[in-house]
Parts: sequence; structure tokens; C-alpha cells
Amino acid sequence: MNRALSFRVADHPILTVEDRQESVFFWEGREMVALPGETIASALFANGVRVFGHHDKDGAPQGIFCANGQCAQCAVLADGLQVKSCMELVRPGMRVEPMEGRPALPEAEPATTFAPTRTLETEVLVIGGGPAGLSAAIELGKLGAGVLIVDDKHRLGGKLVLQTHRFFGSINACYAGTRGIDIATRLENEVRQHESVQVWLNAVALAVFSDGYVGVVRGGREYALVKPQVLLVAAGAREKSLVFRGNTLPGVYGAGAFQTLVNRDLVRCADRLFIVGGGNVGLIAGYHALQAGIEVVGLVEALPECGGYKVHQDKLTRLGVPVYTSHTILSANGETQVESATIAAIDESWQPIPGTERTFACDTVLIAVGLDPVDELYHKAVEFGIPVFAAGDAAEIAEASAAMFSGKIRGLEIAQRLGYSVGEVPPDWIRTAEILKSRPGATYPEVRPEEEQGVVPVLHCSQEIPCNPCTSVCPQGNIHIDPQDIRQIPEYIVEHTGKECTGCEKCVTICPGLAVTLVDYRKGGDPIVTIPYEFGRVALKEGDVVVVTDTEGNCLGNVEVVHTRMGKATDRTMMVKVRAPREYARQIAGIRAQEPEASASAEQYTEQLSEDMIVCRCERVTLREIKDIILAGSRDVNEIKVLTRAGMGACGGKTCQALIMRVFRELGVPAGEVTPNVSRPLFMEVPFGVFAGAGTSPERPHT
Amino acid sequence: MAQTIYDVIIVGAGSVGAPAAFYFSEAGLKTLVIDRFASVGQGSNKAAIGGVRATHSDPAKIRLCLKSIEIFSTWRQRYGDDIKWAAGGYCFVAYREAEERTFKELLVTQKQYGLSIEWLDRDALLELIPALNPQGLVGGTFSPDDGSASPMLTVLAFYRGALKERAVFLFDEEVTDVLVGGNRVLGVKTDKDIYYADTVVNAAGPWAREVAKMAGLDVPVVPDSHEAGVTEPVAPFLRPMVVDVRPAQGSANYYFYQHATGQIVFCITPELPMVGVDRRETSVFLPQVARRMVDLMPRLSNLKVRRTWRGLYPMTPDGFPIVGRAPELEGYIHAVGMCGQGYMLGPGLGPLLVRLVQGSLEEGDQEILDGLRPDREFKGDERLR
Repeated sequence: MNRALSFRVADHPILTVEDRQESVFFWEGREMVALPGETIASALFANGVRVFGHHDKDGAPQGIFCANGQCAQCAVLADGLQVKSCMELVRPGMRVEPMEGRPALPEAEPATTFAPTRTLETEVLVIGGGPAGLSAAIELGKLGAGVLIVDDKHRLGGKLVLQTHRFFGSINACYAGTRGIDIATRLENEVRQHESVQVWLNAVALAVFSDGYVGVVRGGREYALVKPQVLLVAAGAREKSLVFRGNTLPGVYGAGAFQTLVNRDLVRCADRLFIVGGGNVGLIAGYHALQAGIEVVGLVEALPECGGYKVHQDKLTRLGVPVYTSHTILSANGETQVESATIAAIDESWQPIPGTERTFACDTVLIAVGLDPVDELYHKAVEFGIPVFAAGDAAEIAEASAAMFSGKIRGLEIAQRLGYSVGEVPPDWIRTAEILKSRPGATYPEVRPEEEQGVVPVLHCSQEIPCNPCTSVCPQGNIHIDPQDIRQIPEYIVEHTGKECTGCEKCVTICPGLAVTLVDYRKGGDPIVTIPYEFGRVALKEGDVVVVTDTEGNCLGNVEVVHTRMGKATDRTMMVKVRAPREYARQIAGIRAQEPEASASAEQYTEQLSEDMIVCRCERVTLREIKDIILAGSRDVNEIKVLTRAGMGACGGKTCQALIMRVFRELGVPAGEVTPNVSRPLFMEVPFGVFAGAGTSPERPHT
Repeated sequence: MAQTIYDVIIVGAGSVGAPAAFYFSEAGLKTLVIDRFASVGQGSNKAAIGGVRATHSDPAKIRLCLKSIEIFSTWRQRYGDDIKWAAGGYCFVAYREAEERTFKELLVTQKQYGLSIEWLDRDALLELIPALNPQGLVGGTFSPDDGSASPMLTVLAFYRGALKERAVFLFDEEVTDVLVGGNRVLGVKTDKDIYYADTVVNAAGPWAREVAKMAGLDVPVVPDSHEAGVTEPVAPFLRPMVVDVRPAQGSANYYFYQHATGQIVFCITPELPMVGVDRRETSVFLPQVARRMVDLMPRLSNLKVRRTWRGLYPMTPDGFPIVGRAPELEGYIHAVGMCGQGYMLGPGLGPLLVRLVQGSLEEGDQEILDGLRPDREFKGDERLR
């Protein structure tokens, strides 16, 4: 098989592309190549397939949306059975067919055995083996408490495994300065050291029952009822959806889904993408795209400022990606998949301003408009009076650093609850947790050192965010943030210490925002500027001429690369030295990676091709239908459900319920007047045969 | 402020109350419906799985459900709403002699009332439902005129029809008292207001006993609960409702059918009634029902369960509804104790309640009212609960 023809990331600056034994599977009878451990969705994308079927109701093409097992838009038939292609792994020889309408239920042999449902008890059941769940389990493991972690994925780490960038936060509290993928490995190793902690992977928690049991399906085949003394829901978050024309076209999907395809599975799932939403998730997804060799055409943010960290936004704009604030997406356009996206400026009342429409050619539109907690099981447990805690995004949407710390705290609280003598949660833990989850604060003008001698670090970091790794690595102690509140802006305090910068580049290397440069005046003449750059070993070499930009991405000029260095100490970040004119050397913050042509708009904007503005993806219910019912006087989401089937689909309202509440809000109906949807199990679909313990190969003991 | 005086106040906008409201208002009676929930059918209606059959064991329910089936099956052409009626029939399967005997005995009564129902032997049954496990199958009854519809769409259709006929619905409002003067009902008091009417109909389903008590009456209605579920949709492969009445460890009968959406809807009766209004899901239900269903129909093994819920059955001591005028209180009508069959009985009950109020009973009505009268001794036992 020729891998060059496939849509895979051949080379990645941060991730290792392993050479794995390929296997063959079939899509609509055609032979395709998969890699071991790959999901069907990723394998299909890697083979250029983005349309996975057509909806039963209106024949609309279907593709992935969440790639996280939460929705069911990616369903396909695998060897005759309906599966979520983003969760099911490809098996060699598997015959995969698109979901066209309602599939036939395959025949099955009569079961010869019905195994009794396995029941077990544990001190703590942790749902979700991501940063929060693992951190809690480590605390509990240290005490020898019996913990069972169930996670629906095939490896531990949750969304950490998608995060190729270095983490923000406190270097003491949450591995700040370390890449997310590496934190995942560290947490996993640590949790595996504790004998009292058991891990079930590929295990889905699908319901909490009033008798105190939690239903878990393990390996897709075994149903177990787990009765914990305490339940911890650390199931993370799911991505919010957004209503616009063409919002369900294949090629429109979540930014997290994108990171899953690109960073977990190394699939080059797009050539050109447009991002909707300027929170950290959208900004980081853009950066990850560029690292994977995918063009980022632009990013729209409805607010006048991006909500994500300024350093994340700066990283993107420096590399050459335009960020359109006070803009919205009007439509994703295309017949069967995304071919372009149309955006427009919006006025103060969020309405598109006529005449500002612009269309950009792209094959993918990423939705990054926020996250909702995966907390159904938490609320059920509360309803049933089962001792339960929530940690990480399942409790409150925040950064993974905050999730780790909240997990740690929950671990201790659970230990207390179980009667372990652990004392109170230290007050400084609680304060750290508060700081880690704080949203970005004020932005100040950038302060640049004025002296033009020796080596001078420039901190292109002027927004209050919880982050301090730079302060911990300077051998001269020249970078300062008040340890009591790591949200403050770092200061270069050489006057205070009297110790000159040695130019060791440690601050440049460790900064998660890639927001530190060094300007070296020691050799006289034009100074040498050290810039961090994460595009692999071959991206730049001595003698190359590059466009350098200031913090916000404005071009300063063309300069020559005089040296590049990538070593163990720089951990996959290249230290690029350029010779630059004195007048702007200290302004230099980055190197442009994407040419301006990549983000040029089409000459004409596309009139909306699609009329579909879908609120409920599973049952394909439109915004118009929902609005009409609300305008006719309905105030009960359950009634909307009956009338439209919104929320009755496979996902059970996981994406549409928040949208429906938003429609009420937009129509001026106070939330207090609205009766919310009644949330019911199962939170994942499971075959009868699994509940029945049905088997066809009897293993009866001989008598 | 001038108070509207209604002809009829119905307590409960569910499977019984909504059709009643439609027929009362269609007959020109000024009708008010009060429900504690936020919209129509939010009590037990939405927990019903949608089966509709006339193949009962007693004349009252047979007559009522024959009327219901006439209404269900002609609704779309008469009123336009698609309530997803499908005449898939009902099939009671027999894997043992005991069930064969019971079904065959009941056939005699059922045929007397003109029901279309036949005994099918094993081969004929397998032809009708090829997915049945053939091992040990004896045969079963098949009643092709029975069927299913969407409970929620049905209740909504009645609600909209009633609105068109100017019935008034008050939601999120709870009846707190029934106003009585002498031995006559005057109206009801709610948590928000007072409303007057000549007739008050108790259609409060599982909460019927509380509402009766407000009028100083007692009806022996005790709710218990059954768990139900719905699967993902698949292409049509099963036409009738399949009912298996064999008792098993922990459960009595269970039944399922393929809805118009392609989804299988299923429900099981616990061996020991779960008495009360607790509707929280238990861990027992899924393994219990799945084992029986997969055993009966192996093909279901690969079908994914989507959602489950628990619904309330307002039970009476003999398993039959309580319908009729309260002998002790003039103007007060019971339409309660549907024993889990309110959805299939409700439409047929509507026109009967109108005739009862208007004093225009027809031939056959009295037989129904005799069978379901509130002051009976509750000594019988429904054989096809």
C-alpha cells in the first residue's frame, strides 16, 4: 500500500510517527488501509472518506461531529452492526458500510447461555481517566483506597493525549511547562504504581441506578454493575454546537474532534480549515493544525476580544493566521461536504452587518464555541442520594491544569468521606485550585527592557493568566511573579538581582505561550534574536530568510536565520537565532509560517447554499421548527421533544438541549419559565445481548 | 372579576383527560382541564409504550377499546394529525401448554364480542414472526386489528383538537381541593385559583386517589411501576406486538413491538409489584428484560437499547378500571384506575363520558358502566393484565 496516497501526517514536530504494520479493511467493498489501534473514523479519514452515510429523515450526508463517543453522527455499519465509528477500532478484514437510512437488524444465533450480570463493589468508582480522574485516583491510591477507574477510550489520559503543547499553570502544582501528552504518560505511570487502583479501559459508564449501582459496559461485550461507596464523575466535557446554515455538513466538526484525529491518530483530516470560536480550544486547535501541515484560513470570534489566552492567540497570528473578532460564521457551504465558509462582521446586537460577508475556500470548519460538562451521571447520583463528587470539566469547565488540581482535591475529600484520616484539604490547595481555573484577566501594554547591551529577555506576555514556569528556570532568578498569585504578569528584575542574563534560553524553551525571546547584543552590530519555533527539525536552517512578526503578528521585516538548535533540553522546540536590525529586534516575537495567500478570501461571497440550520443533529430538527413551537407558546422542552423528536435520538439531547435553551433565551423567554428536558438513561446505547449476557459458545463445566 | 363557570372540569391532561377534553368540548360543553405538569401528557402518557388492543377478557374493555381502535385508525383521515397508528396486530405467544389453554379459553369470549382473533399454530406463527425462537414454540393468538400508535403524538392531537374546540388547559397548576356543596360538586380549588363547574372528572391517573380524597371519596387506586425502554431504529422486521405472559424469576409478562420509527419499544411487569410513585430507574430491569427478549427473539441480541424509563400503572384491586358517576357525590365522575391501559382506553372513554354527562347513553354503554362501576366489590381478576 502506498502511504503517500493516504491522508496521514507523515511528519510531526512534536509527535512521533511510528512505523506500524498496516492492515486491510473494506469500505463499500473497496480495499483500504488501516493502522493497528485505529478507530474506523480515523481510518476512513486517512483514506479520504469524510461522508459516512446519509440520514434516514432527509438524506442529509453525515460525517463526524464529536469524535468522542458523545454524539452518533459518525455511525457506520461494521460487519453488519451499527457502531460509532469514532469509538470502534478497525479489525483487519472488517467490512465497513455507510449508514444509509435505517439499516436491517442482522440475524443472530439463539443464545445458549445467559451469564449472570457481574456485580462488584469498590470504595471509589472514578468515571473518566483524564487529568481529573487520574489525579484523584493517585491521591486515593496513596492511601491504599480501592479505586476502579473506568474510561471509554483505549488509553488513559483523557484529552491530555491530544495536547502537544506545553501546559500553563503552576510548575509546582500541575506540571506546567510540560506537554499535555507527556503529562498523560506521567499520570498513567503514577496511577499504575498503586495496587489498589484498577483501570478498565474501553469501559463505558452508561447509567447510575437508584439502587446504587453504576452500569458499565466493558470491551463492548461485558455488562457489569459496580456499586461504589463513593462515585467520582470526572468524565470531562463535550463540545457545544452552534446553529448556522450548513452546520451539519460533513467537514463541520468540533475542534476537539479535530485534535483527536490529528494529534491522537495522526490523520491529516483537512487541507484547509476555518475555525469558529476564539477560546483556548479554538486557538490551540489552529496551532495544532499548522503543526500538522494544515492551512488555517482564519478564525472568527463573535466577541470583540478572543476569550482564550492572549499568548495562544498571538502564537496563531504570529504564524500568519488572521483572527476576525466581532465576526460570525453565516454558513458552511457545499453539496455533500464543506467547500467554503462564509463569515460576516456583526453589530452590537450580534446581527450580521450586510455587505461585510466574505467567503473562504476551505474543506473543514471547526466549531470551538465552548464546552459543556459531561455531568448526567453526577446529577443522577445526586438525585438518587448516592455519595458523589465531580472533578475537572465535569464539575466546571476550565483548563486541564485546573482539572488535575481539582481531581487532587476531590481525591482527598473522598478519602475523608471514606473515613481515612487525611485531615482537611490544605487551604493553599483550595486557593491554587481557584487560581488555576481563573479566566484570563487584564491585558497591559507589553514592557520591553530598554538597555541595548548584554542579553535581554523579552517577555511577550502581558495578560493576567495563571502561569509561572518561566520564573522557575532562570538560573539568575531574574524573572519574577508573586508566588502567592501566579496570575500576575512576569517581570524581568535584573535591576533587583543585579545578576546579568546568561542567555541560557531556558525561559525561551519552557514558556507554554512561546512568548519569550532573547535579544543578544554581545557581539555588537545587529543583535541576534532567539525565537522558539515548533515545526520540526527540518522546518528552518541556517541561511534561510524568514518574515518576523511582533507579538500580535504584524510583519516587521525579513531577516536571516543564523543558527538553529534542537536538543534534548529544548524538548522538540527549535531555538531559532536570527540577526535583526536594532530598531525592531526587541519587538520580534515570532516567525511567520503561513503565507498570506493561504488566508485570502474568495473573490465573491457564496450565497447560502444550504437552508438547513440544524438544532438536533440526531433527528435533524431545524431552528425554524423549534422557534415556531416556542413562538406558539410552548414553554416545556419535553413538548418540543414530542413535537419534533429533538432529543430523542441516539445522543439523548447531549448537543441540542443547550441549543434549545439558547433559542428560548434569544426569543426573550426567561429560563425560569422553561421546563427542562427530563434526562433519562441510557447515556450510551448498548445492545440487548450485552445486558442479557448472551453467549452462543457454552462453556459448561463437566459433571 | 367575573368567573367563568365551566360545564366540565377535568383533572389531568393525560391519556384519559386529553381525549375527554376533546370530546366534551366537541360536544359543545365548556371544558377546563387542569394539570400539575408543564404540558400535555407529561405524567404517565409519555411512559406508555403505545400498544392498543381490543383483545381483552371482559366486555367493558373490549367495547371501549374497539371504539378506541376506530378512533386511532381513522384519526389521521378525520383530523389530519399523524399519530403513527399501525395495525400490526397483537400476538400472545405460547411456549407451554398452560398458556395455550388460557389463550384458547379466552378466544371463546373474545370471539363472542366479534373480535378478530385466531389461534395460530407453530408454523403459522413463525411465518408471521420469523424472528421468534422456534425452540419449544407451541403457537399463539393473533389479533390483526389491534395495533399501536405514538402515545405522545396522540395526546397532543387530542389536546390540539380540544384547543380548537375552545377547551381551556391550565398547566403547571395543581388541584388542591374539590369544592362540594351539600352532596353536589361545585368546582375545584388549585394552588392558583378557584374554578366552578357542574361536573368534575377525575382523570388524574396514578394520583387519582388523592384527587378523590379532596372530594371526600375513596377510590381503590394504587399506583405501581413498570420499567420500559426503546431501542435504536432499524428497518422494519416485526409487525405485531409480541406478548409473553410466562412468569419467570423476578418478572411476570413482558411485551414489545416495532414502532413506526423502526424502534423496538418494550416493557416488563415485575413479579412483585413495585408499589408507589417512585419512578427512579433500577439496575434490575435491563438484564432481566434483555434475557427474556433475547431468548424469545435471538435477533434482538444486536439491537441497541437507547433509553429506559419507569411508568406508573394506576392499579385497582381487580385489575379493571373505575369509571362512572360517584354515587355519593352528584356531578363527580371517576375515570380512573386504568391499570396501565389508559392510553388504549382513553379515546374510547371520551365519547362515553360525554354521553354519561349528557344523559344520552347508547346501547352497550350500560354494560361497560356496570362492569367498571365505582361501587363494585372488586372481586374479579383480570386474566390478561
